Amino acid sequence: MERERPQAGRDAQADLSDLVEAVARTRDRAAFAHLFEHYAPRIKAYFLRLTVSGAEADELVQEAMLAVWRRAETYDRRQSSVATWIFTIARNKRIDALRRNRRPDLDLNAPGLVPEPEPGAFQQLEARETAARLKAAVAGLPDEQRELLDLAFFQDISHRDIARSRGLPLGTVKSRLRLALARLRQAVAEGEDGS
Amino acid sequence: MGMAQHTDDLGEGSTGGDAGGGVASGHHLPEAVLLDYAAGAISGPTALLVASHLAFCARCRGDAASLDAVGGTLLAEIEPAAVAPALLHSVLARIDEMPVTAAPSPQNLAPADADLPAPLRRALGRPLGRLAWKPFLPGLRQVRVLADKGDVARLMLIRPGAAFPRHTHGGLELTLVLRGGYSDEIGRFRAGDVSVADGSVRHRPKADPGEDCLCLLVSEAPLRLTGWIGRWFNPVIPF
Repeated sequence: MERERPQAGRDAQADLSDLVEAVARTRDRAAFAHLFEHYAPRIKAYFLRLTVSGAEADELVQEAMLAVWRRAETYDRRQSSVATWIFTIARNKRIDALRRNRRPDLDLNAPGLVPEPEPGAFQQLEARETAARLKAAVAGLPDEQRELLDLAFFQDISHRDIARSRGLPLGTVKSRLRLALARLRQAVAEGEDGS
Repeated sequence: MGMAQHTDDLGEGSTGGDAGGGVASGHHLPEAVLLDYAAGAISGPTALLVASHLAFCARCRGDAASLDAVGGTLLAEIEPAAVAPALLHSVLARIDEMPVTAAPSPQNLAPADADLPAPLRRALGRPLGRLAWKPFLPGLRQVRVLADKGDVARLMLIRPGAAFPRHTHGGLELTLVLRGGYSDEIGRFRAGDVSVADGSVRHRPKADPGEDCLCLLVSEAPLRLTGWIGRWFNPVIPF
């Protein structure tokens, strides 16, 4: 797995947010085309990792990008990075495809019964700041933790199945994942202290 | 809290304690469950319970959003794979065909159930009063909501002060209190709280007096009743 990737920088993230907002405000097709260019191949790679076949992956990419167009108004740059927003769309599209009618429609924007969500550990900074920190922290994870994190997100298997497929005790999988998440959380928290 | 023996196998979470003040919530979802939810590697029934708890719990919503952010980071870092060359055109063509409609209309949800989480009301599709409740044990009624991948989600309605027979679990069981509250050997649970139990937990939940207790239960495998009365009922638990 490729570990060190060129610094995309914060400006790139900011631009992507601008693009989504342009789609939301003015149905800007050029902005959408840029978004497509950037994210469609990544969404496809995500689906392929989840062992969706090539043709089906393209179809799902279409579905996901259509949802990006349709739901651009719901994007809030204070809440999440574009990558995170698109990740949740792609994830849900695939789940819909897999379990048609079997999974309840979990509308991301469903109103909660409690008024204001408290900012999560990763949300207290501006979302793109957080995205940059997370990215660095993920890159710095030990291989064994990074690999499990990848497995957790890029294969449709639960902890139990990861343990089985890796021949690892369930407890080991859990503790490695927990360590990985704790490191990510800490990296973001350190940013908040200004260190 | 003395809960460690129950949660060791499940990741962290479910800490806190008796809220005491009538407000949820001391009891949260284990991080492992939230991670599987964020990754999409979770059954429909469990997803329903998670989404329902998130409606009650700002803390877990924040944690879930954080895990989504990890997914977003991984997506941003993934090695891109070329899509079919004509795909953008085909998407734009579909956009042209798209009827100009407002966002999907909100479901007509019964006002009487406004205190229940929207994902649950959507999954039920009708008011609580019109569900096919079945008598289960004295003081208890239940209705099956959803089944997928071996997991089953049920609503359980417990009369004030009634107790569930002592039982243990064949697999992981998550309970979300929706109305009222109950107590067992693990602690006290109120609306919004989640209880996590597995084969190592044997308990006898008892509803608080004064109000029906409504819970959403998701079990991996059938409950196993352990008392003498429970053993007698074991073969007839509808599942």
